[in-house]
Amino acid sequence: MAEIKVDVRGQTCPVPLVEVRKAIRKAAPGDIIEVIGTHPASKKEIPMAVEALKLELLSVEGSDTDWVIRIRR
Amino acid sequence: MAQRTTIVVQSGDMDKLYSALIIANGSLAMGMEASLFFTFWGLERLKKGGLEKGPLSKMHLLGLGKWMVKQRMKQAKVVDLEKLLTDFKELGGKIIACEMTMEIMGIKREDLRQDLIDEYGAVGTYIQHARDSAITLFI
Repeated sequence: MAEIKVDVRGQTCPVPLVEVRKAIRKAAPGDIIEVIGTHPASKKEIPMAVEALKLELLSVEGSDTDWVIRIRR
Repeated sequence: MAQRTTIVVQSGDMDKLYSALIIANGSLAMGMEASLFFTFWGLERLKKGGLEKGPLSKMHLLGLGKWMVKQRMKQAKVVDLEKLLTDFKELGGKIIACEMTMEIMGIKREDLRQDLIDEYGAVGTYIQHARDSAITLFI
């Protein structure tokens, strides 16, 4: 099982969502995707995308402008 | 089958193209499928070298307004239209070019960026995409 890092610090809408989606598409089932970002809306919206894609949200940590989200494919 | 977003891109204005591509990419990112129908002034943006040529829909001011907005977008780290289009295609988005517009405006397939276009069609193709779409927009 691989752990994939996605760094979208400094990026704004819609790039964090899009980069997470790209990483999920490339990941194998069971892989963990760790996303680091600074865009406030994406901190709320990436978990929404995870739910829509029926994946597992492992954790959301940090402040609105400096966060880490972990997802299991 | 995944839900779909279908957008008619009728405007060739820069800001409206941003709206269309951001919504389309957001749809793909959130697990939907997405189709963009380029017609009229929108199709001009799919001409070779035409993507960034659109004016601002308001306060274009002979290009000064557009330049100012572009500066602000750069500061806010908004990506360019080319990147949005590349991401759209990479995430499986479909692009349809309106054949009637091509006829009216004398646009040939070789004038367009054919590598991006999945289909050339008319209203029937649009309806087939739109009838099962959860989101349809005309921009």
